[in-house]
Amino acid sequence: MTGTYLLRGGRLLGAGDPVDLLLAGGVIAQVGAALSAPADAVHVDAAGLVVLPGLVDLHTHLREPGREDAETVESGSRAAALGGFTAVHAMANTEPVADTAGVVEQVWHLGREAGYVDVHPVGAVTVGLAGTRLAELGAMAGSAARVRMFSDDGRCVDDAVLMRRALEYVKAFDGVIAQHAQEPRLTAGAQMNEGALSGVLGLRGWPAVAEEAIVARDVLLAEHVGSRLHVCHVSTAGSVEIVRAAKARGVDVTAEVTPHHLLLTEDVVAGYDPVFKVNPPLRAKSDVEALREGLADGTIDAVATDHAPHAAEDKDCEWEAAAMGMLGLETALPVVAEAMVATGLLDWAGVADRMSVRPAGIGRLAGHGRPIAEGEPANLTLVDPHASTVVDPSRSASRSRNTPYAGRTLPTAVVATFLRGVPTVLGGRLVADAR
Amino acid sequence: MKRHLLSAADLDRDDALLVLDTATELATVSSRAVRKLPTLRGRTVVNLFFEDSTRTRISFEAAAKRLSADVINFTAKGSSLSKGESLKDTALTLEAMGADAVVVRHGASGAPYRLANAGWISGSVVNAGDGTHEHPTQALLDAYTMRRHLSEGRGDLADRRVTIVGDVLHSRVARSNVLLLATLGAEVTLVAPPTLLPVGVEDWPCEISYELDPALAKADAVMMLRVQAERMNAAFFPSAREYSRRYGLDAHRMALLPDHAIVMHPGPMNRGMEIAADVADSVRSVIVEQVSNGVNVRMAVLYLLLGGAQLPTGEEVAA
Repeated sequence: MTGTYLLRGGRLLGAGDPVDLLLAGGVIAQVGAALSAPADAVHVDAAGLVVLPGLVDLHTHLREPGREDAETVESGSRAAALGGFTAVHAMANTEPVADTAGVVEQVWHLGREAGYVDVHPVGAVTVGLAGTRLAELGAMAGSAARVRMFSDDGRCVDDAVLMRRALEYVKAFDGVIAQHAQEPRLTAGAQMNEGALSGVLGLRGWPAVAEEAIVARDVLLAEHVGSRLHVCHVSTAGSVEIVRAAKARGVDVTAEVTPHHLLLTEDVVAGYDPVFKVNPPLRAKSDVEALREGLADGTIDAVATDHAPHAAEDKDCEWEAAAMGMLGLETALPVVAEAMVATGLLDWAGVADRMSVRPAGIGRLAGHGRPIAEGEPANLTLVDPHASTVVDPSRSASRSRNTPYAGRTLPTAVVATFLRGVPTVLGGRLVADAR
Repeated sequence: MKRHLLSAADLDRDDALLVLDTATELATVSSRAVRKLPTLRGRTVVNLFFEDSTRTRISFEAAAKRLSADVINFTAKGSSLSKGESLKDTALTLEAMGADAVVVRHGASGAPYRLANAGWISGSVVNAGDGTHEHPTQALLDAYTMRRHLSEGRGDLADRRVTIVGDVLHSRVARSNVLLLATLGAEVTLVAPPTLLPVGVEDWPCEISYELDPALAKADAVMMLRVQAERMNAAFFPSAREYSRRYGLDAHRMALLPDHAIVMHPGPMNRGMEIAADVADSVRSVIVEQVSNGVNVRMAVLYLLLGGAQLPTGEEVAA
């Protein structure tokens, strides 16, 4: 389905007058009013739609290799495209762990074959995520996958010396360490946010301080060695404050927040339904407010989904036995629209910045998060700001069904996604032969 | 009454009094030569125990049998946490057998909520202790016991003072008791070292004290909770000896209690740890009576949840 597309009458970043975009040869060939197109161009009616740069996810679990029953690179890529993404970062906690050039290249190739989004593997910081010795970070950086982001996500690099060395080492190839900030001793067996509700429910608490202690230590380490640090899924008001203060001092730190931490609070845990079990856990209302504020003022750079598919049997059980994590790719933009746009905290330009421009910068992705202008790669997402998305788990493109928004109606809908000028989604549906 | 008994919070004051009054009536059955009523004939009660608890299981079993229910005991050591059958598959099996009520004991907090609300089974669910969450029938039998000794066996527990001592953090008994006793109007004081109190306990409907002695002089009942010596390995307290010295109930401390006050323990006891042997065996101790009251209270719960019609206590059946 390569070809020429004329997107008629969309508004760039939801502002200004409607314009036409001519996509040809993988780039935005022309931007202007009432463009004339070649006879063979496919016309796409974008009237009333918001045109965004293709979304970039810094934090996706695609589960392949190892748990193809829960997700594959292909199924996760489809879900990503439907969510308006053109690039995702595939986390390293697969089986085997993505801690060698071989595994990251395999994932990268699978992404290319699937063809729906650019799949950028994240490399493990330590061998087997075991937290004892560094993985071959340079080999992964130098592989065909060109890894720039490294993370033991799912586990914290809690050894301070190892974290320091990792931060220093990746400077050689402009890499970044993305930390899953969780002090392990304070969170052994933790089930939910520690607070009044965990006491009542008899579930072991995951205290905010266990995140904040690591974030505080890591920004000090990054400051000390002059390295680049990224904080995954910030979930507490205290972490936002620490990152804000570090940025004010000039520390090279970035942070992400998940859509679910922007919308849901710990109160939903009261029914013990494991679909709401996630790590870090859903927090208090005051944390949600601080996260929204931090994202609005730029303290938090990016929204990242932490899309975490799980097989049915890993969620259809008692709370303590259940796996942690929830789906996020297909609902990310509508959730952000509800939490940030509908509340007036971000406009569409702000959404583009936090869901495309800044994450692409953090991941060092050259072709994504670019301005919508002539000559730029045609990675674009069309959003209907007046439509709504009704979340039906059975219709998810993911192999898993663990969405916390089942039955919910969220504002806006992704109408179309273009990856280098080729539609992966049109009319809200996957284009079958996108590759 | 709600369809399930998952938490002591499921019971409002009227519900709680209905259970206690029904238990009082049913107690007459327990003292008869033929201890059996036909009320639940043809109904099936499943005791689903994922944790060892012989005392709770036989209490429910005796309760169901005295109401003529068919009883199936299903003891699944371990749970889906280990390699066993999943909670869901176990539940579907019970549903296929036609369980009218499932009495569940599980090591995971909230497991009875999943059984009741996941759509796996249609019968009533009774929480017989879930993780570190709740144990509502224990709270009911404790309230029943207190009412007998402190309120002449009727009404609520308004203005009675109850002191609960020990590992509140890990205690399902404490959680259910605080909720039910507040519903019944009692004044509860929790006594524990700060490490064994949950975060947020200051919002619970009770007083908190780190010192035991001041809380004894005014208590109408003192309830000692089991404290596992292993907790000291996780630094909740320095040693069993220090715990016992600061929070154990010995004869010297028992002497601080008012004359009418009773000593309770949900069992199993660690004699010499949270309670001295001579206290456990003293005349103030109602620990053994708690066990027999448990059967009456559980009869009342099963009877009310399974929608028994008018209570036919006058009627006897051949065993």
